[in-house]
Amino acid sequence: MHAALRAILRPLPLAVPSLWLALLVAAPLLVVLVLAFAWPAESVPPIAPPWGAEGPNTEPFALVLEDSFYHAAFAQAALVAAGTAALCLLLGFPMAMGLARARPAWRLPLLMAVLLPFWTGFLPRLGAWIGLLRDEGWVNTVLQSLGLITDPLPLLYSWPALFLGMAHAYLPFAVLPLYASLSRRDPAMEEAAADLGATPWAVFRTVTLPLAAPGAAAAFLLVFIPAAGEYVIPELLGPPGAQLVGRVLWQEFFQNRDWPVAAALAVLLLLALLLPILLFQRLEARR
Amino acid sequence: MLRRRIATAAFAALLGLSAAMPARAQQPETVLNVYNWSDYIDPYAVAQFQQETGIRIRYDVYDSLETLEGKLSAGRSGYDIIVPTSEPTFSRLARAGALKPLDRALIPNWGKQDATLLRQVESSDPGNRFGAIYLYGTVGLGIRADRVRELFPDAPTDSLDLLMKPENARRLARCGIAVMDSATDVLPSILQWLGRDPNSTEPRDLRAAEDALTAIRPHVRAITASGNILDALANGEYCVALTYSGDVIQAQARAREAKRGVEIGYVAPKEGAQLWFDMLAIPADAPHPEAAHRFIDFLLQPAVMAGITNHVRYPNAVPEARPMVNPAVRDDPDVYPTPEMLKRTFTTAPLTPAAERARSRSWSRFKAGR
Repeated sequence: MHAALRAILRPLPLAVPSLWLALLVAAPLLVVLVLAFAWPAESVPPIAPPWGAEGPNTEPFALVLEDSFYHAAFAQAALVAAGTAALCLLLGFPMAMGLARARPAWRLPLLMAVLLPFWTGFLPRLGAWIGLLRDEGWVNTVLQSLGLITDPLPLLYSWPALFLGMAHAYLPFAVLPLYASLSRRDPAMEEAAADLGATPWAVFRTVTLPLAAPGAAAAFLLVFIPAAGEYVIPELLGPPGAQLVGRVLWQEFFQNRDWPVAAALAVLLLLALLLPILLFQRLEARR
Repeated sequence: MLRRRIATAAFAALLGLSAAMPARAQQPETVLNVYNWSDYIDPYAVAQFQQETGIRIRYDVYDSLETLEGKLSAGRSGYDIIVPTSEPTFSRLARAGALKPLDRALIPNWGKQDATLLRQVESSDPGNRFGAIYLYGTVGLGIRADRVRELFPDAPTDSLDLLMKPENARRLARCGIAVMDSATDVLPSILQWLGRDPNSTEPRDLRAAEDALTAIRPHVRAITASGNILDALANGEYCVALTYSGDVIQAQARAREAKRGVEIGYVAPKEGAQLWFDMLAIPADAPHPEAAHRFIDFLLQPAVMAGITNHVRYPNAVPEARPMVNPAVRDDPDVYPTPEMLKRTFTTAPLTPAAERARSRSWSRFKAGR
C-alpha cells in the first residue's frame, strides 16, 4: 500500500517542472517549427499549414540560408552581442570587485543598487535615454548652453546610443556572476601573494584575474545569449542601419506578414545560440 | 477535404485560436470595442455616442498598421471597429476575409460620403463593400521652414527634389532628415518623382527607386514610425520629413502651442502626391457588429465629422461637414486639398505577394544602407 502510494507520489515533484517545460518551452517551439514549414497565404492567420496538398514549404529556410541580407543580420547580431558582453564585463568587473570587497554590512545595499533598475520597467528606462540623447535633450542642451557646440550632436539613433542602451540593460547579468565568483575566493590567497612581495598589479594579474576567469566567462555568455536576439533597443536607440536578426525577424513577421520566414529565422537563431548555451552549461557544471 | 478541414482546425487550435464560439442570444449590445490610430478622434464624439446610445466604448489605439494587422492576423482580436489604411492593410484584410461586409441598411448616413472619393477607394475595395471613409490625406514633406530658410534660402520647397536630390539632402542633413518607415507609403511617391508609374512592379523601376533612396541614405537621420516623426517634428528635431499630411499639420499646431520659434509647413509634392484613405471597417469576427454599424453611422453625421476634422486636422469625406469646419482648417490647402491639388494626386493599388516582398526587401536594403 505504502509502496504503491510512494510510487505514485515520487514523480510528482518532477511533474510540475516537466509540465511547465512541456507547455511553455516544448509546445511553443513546436509551433514555431511547424510555422517555419507553413505556406504564406492571404487568410487569417496568414498561413496555410504544411500538411496541405503542396507538402511542407522549404523555401523559408532556403531563403534565410542563401540570402546575404540575413547573413549580415546574423553577423551584426553576433558583433553587437559580443560588444555588449565585452562592455558589460569591463563595467561590471570593477563593480563586482567593489561589491566583493565591501564590508558585509554594505554588501546588501550595494547589491540592491545593482538590481534596482530591474524594478523599473524596461521601456521607461529606454525612454529616459531617448530624453537624454535627443537633439533637444538634456545632453545637447547642456553642451549648447556651455557653448561647447553650436549644432546639436546626433546622439540618438547611432551605434554609441545602441551600445549604451544595451550595456545599461544587460549590466546586472554580468555583475552578478562576477560577484559570485569573486566573493567565493579566499582573500588569504591575495594576502599571501602580497606578503611574498607581489605588487598590487601583479596580485591582480596573477591571482585575482585567473580566479575570476570562470565567472567572467559565465558573465560574458549570460549577456551574449539574450543580447543576440535583442530587437527593442536597436529599434528605439540604434541607427536605421542596425538591422540585427531580432529586428529583421520583427519586420518579417509584422511588416511582411511572412510568418514562415520569421519562424525560420527564430529557429536558426536558436540553433546558432545552442553553442554558447552549451558552453555556458559546461562552465557551470565545472564550478 | 474533410481531413484537410480537420487538419486546418487542429492547426488553428495549435496556434491558440479557438473554434467559433456558440452564437449568443440576441440582446441589445452595450459595449463597443474600438481600435483606432493614436491621436485620431475628437474625444467629444466618443462621449456623445455613449450618451446618445447607452453603448459603452472601450477605446484602444495603435501607432502603426503593422500592429493593427498583427493583431487582426492572429484572429479573434475582439475589436468591433478598426481603422485600417486603404492600402495595403484594408484591401489585404478584405481579401483575406478578415472583414465583415457592411450592411448599408444599418448605415442611413452612408450617402453623406463624397461619391468621387468613394470611387477612388474602389481600387482597394471594389463596390465599397467593406469600408466607409473616415479621414484621408496625402503623403508629402513636413518642412521646418525657419531652419530651411536659414540653411538653404533658395530651396525647392514645393518639390520632392528637396529631399531626393542628393546635393539638397546633403545641405539639409545637418538639421535632420526623417523618412517614415513604410515601404508602401514611400516607394510610390519616389516612383512618381522619377516619372514612373507609382504602382509599377517592374524590377527596373523598383531598382531605380531604391538607387534614388540609397543615394540620399547617408543624409537621412531617422527612418521610423510616423508617430515618432510627428513628435520629433513638433520639437523641431528635423528639417525635412517625408510623412503623412495630417501628422505634419498636427506637429505644426503643437509647435505653435509650444511657442519656441519652431515653424513647420506641409507640402504635397508638385510631382504628384499619394492619396490615402483611412477606412472604418468591422472585423469579420467582431463581437458587436450591430453597435459597430451604429458607430459608423454616427461618425458619418456632418456635425460629428466636422468636430473630428477640427480636432485632428485631417480632411473628411463628408461634403456637408465642410461649412462646419473651423475656417482656419477648412481654408488651409494643406489640410483640405484644392480640386487642382487633388488632380495631381494618385492612389495606390494592391500588389501581389511577390511584388510586395520585392518592395519590402528593397526597403530593408535602403534602411540598412547596404
